[in-house]
Amino acid sequence: MKKVINTIILLALVIVASSCDKSKRAPNLQYFPNMYEPVSYETYGDNPNYAVGMEERLPVDGTIARGAEFPFEYENSEEGYQLAKAELKSPLDIFTIDDERGEDLYVIYCASCHGDKGDGQGELPKREKFLGIPDYKDRDITEGSIYHTIMYGKNMMGSHSSQLTEEERWQVVAYVQELRNN
Amino acid sequence: MKSVKQQRLISRLTLSSIAFLFIFTLNLSAQGDAANGKKLFNMHCAACHKLDKDLVGPKLGGITDIRTTEWLSAWIKDNASFQEIDADAKEAANFSAASMTAFAFLSDQEIDDILEYTIPVEVVEVAGSAAAPVVVQEQDNTLLYMLTAIVIVLVLMVFNLYRTMTVIKDGVESKSIADSLNGVWKAFKGNKFLHFLLVIFFLLNSAYFGFGWLMQVGLDEGYQPIQPIAFSHAIHAGDNKIDCEYCHTSAKHSKTSGIPSANVCMNCHMNISEVAESTATEEHSKEFYDGEIQKIYDAVGWDKDKLQYIEGYEKQPIEWVRIHNLPDFAYYNHSQHVTVAGLECQKCHGPVEEMEEVYQYSPLTMEWCIECHRETEIDMTENGYYKKIHEQLANKYGVEKVTEAQMGGMECGKCHY
Repeated sequence: MKKVINTIILLALVIVASSCDKSKRAPNLQYFPNMYEPVSYETYGDNPNYAVGMEERLPVDGTIARGAEFPFEYENSEEGYQLAKAELKSPLDIFTIDDERGEDLYVIYCASCHGDKGDGQGELPKREKFLGIPDYKDRDITEGSIYHTIMYGKNMMGSHSSQLTEEERWQVVAYVQELRNN
Repeated sequence: MKSVKQQRLISRLTLSSIAFLFIFTLNLSAQGDAANGKKLFNMHCAACHKLDKDLVGPKLGGITDIRTTEWLSAWIKDNASFQEIDADAKEAANFSAASMTAFAFLSDQEIDDILEYTIPVEVVEVAGSAAAPVVVQEQDNTLLYMLTAIVIVLVLMVFNLYRTMTVIKDGVESKSIADSLNGVWKAFKGNKFLHFLLVIFFLLNSAYFGFGWLMQVGLDEGYQPIQPIAFSHAIHAGDNKIDCEYCHTSAKHSKTSGIPSANVCMNCHMNISEVAESTATEEHSKEFYDGEIQKIYDAVGWDKDKLQYIEGYEKQPIEWVRIHNLPDFAYYNHSQHVTVAGLECQKCHGPVEEMEEVYQYSPLTMEWCIECHRETEIDMTENGYYKKIHEQLANKYGVEKVTEAQMGGMECGKCHY
């Protein structure tokens, strides 16, 4: 009888002690992990078959993935910029321009620096983290040059092509033009 | 008489020197207003120029020592046509492949202001004035220490007095406590019912804790792994108010919310290679944060002094540790929740903008999913496409508003297939 009680007490103490482990640096125990862990390789996961063990791949050179957008034809250079500025036109017309979505996207991807009104007074320049953001109205830009800048960046601005799809970029361009005209 | 003359001379000299100083200072202030210059510089120049080091363009601190104001003014207003008539300008243009924007809209006064701002200002030693308040603070502290010491001594004295008084009153007290404890123990030893109660108590207790422990198997609420880079959401999303979706771009279109690739980091960190002094916290110093930024550069091969990617650099992936992970038998799609339902990220991920280090905020259990589906009402006003089906649903359930659960958000096959 005494032994039983002792083991029960010991067991209870062990369980209490182990359940009080509050260091959350390691993932918890799993029950039947083969129901939890995927069999296939997961997005952003490891893949030992590829270089540096990374699952993410770029398309093979000279190919375009199904459903992906076509490559941008203008070069990432001063000449490419001038050419796009002169001749590149938006595929959107008054029926397909979606002001609301353009504004939403602009606020997410541009307003941190360029400001909600496009005057270069975003949160980052205000806090002097990222300086030298011009007012759109001061600059001689066209929809082609705006698109080129989103694709490749300009000066200290980086390329935002990976964050927006082609159609979204043109929506943003339309919204920037609207900010310039108001 | 002689002395009077001398006095006159002296007074005249001082007067004229004061006048000269006055005119001179007036002249200085007419040259440019550095405060306005700073504003203009930050807006128009700082994209490519810094005062203390080269960026896209050369560093501009002390540029007025190298070039004349007229030369700089001509360059700023229209550098392209200035290059055609000035040999120095043509040479200066070779600094970078990028050509500088023409700032024809800047007035002469504004250019003067900017140039005034570029003149290096000697940092005035303020050690004397800074030392004074520190001394005052120290005095404050000693006073506080003394007061605490006095209070402690007083408390000790009162306690001592009380103890002596009780000893005088009752004589041998400590013995009686041990005696009474012994009595209780003896009574307990003989009482079988108490033993039975104790066993029941232990059994219930261990069942409670045992069940509690079993129930948390597979749950990771509060999971906070150590990440390869100590990226602070508190600084980026909190202080700088960068939108979640700026980095987690694919949340609007895809199943996963998207771990930003390093090029997204570089969109800002091409320019920001070190944090401001004010960013440092008690926990992490400025050097610590600068070191963390350096880790991005090491991953992508960016030379922060030359401001370009190192050619032929073997890039290394940054191996972030996944925190939120649903078991493989449950399907979850970010775009459905972010774009269609329009939920805030914080609804599930908690106050990430306040987290220095991200942890799992929600339990991610099925109960937790279902609870939200039961409560959340569908916004039926702004979606013309589903107008008819929404009306039918409202009729079917006899309610004006339909919850996510009534839309089918509780069908097994929606998440498990």
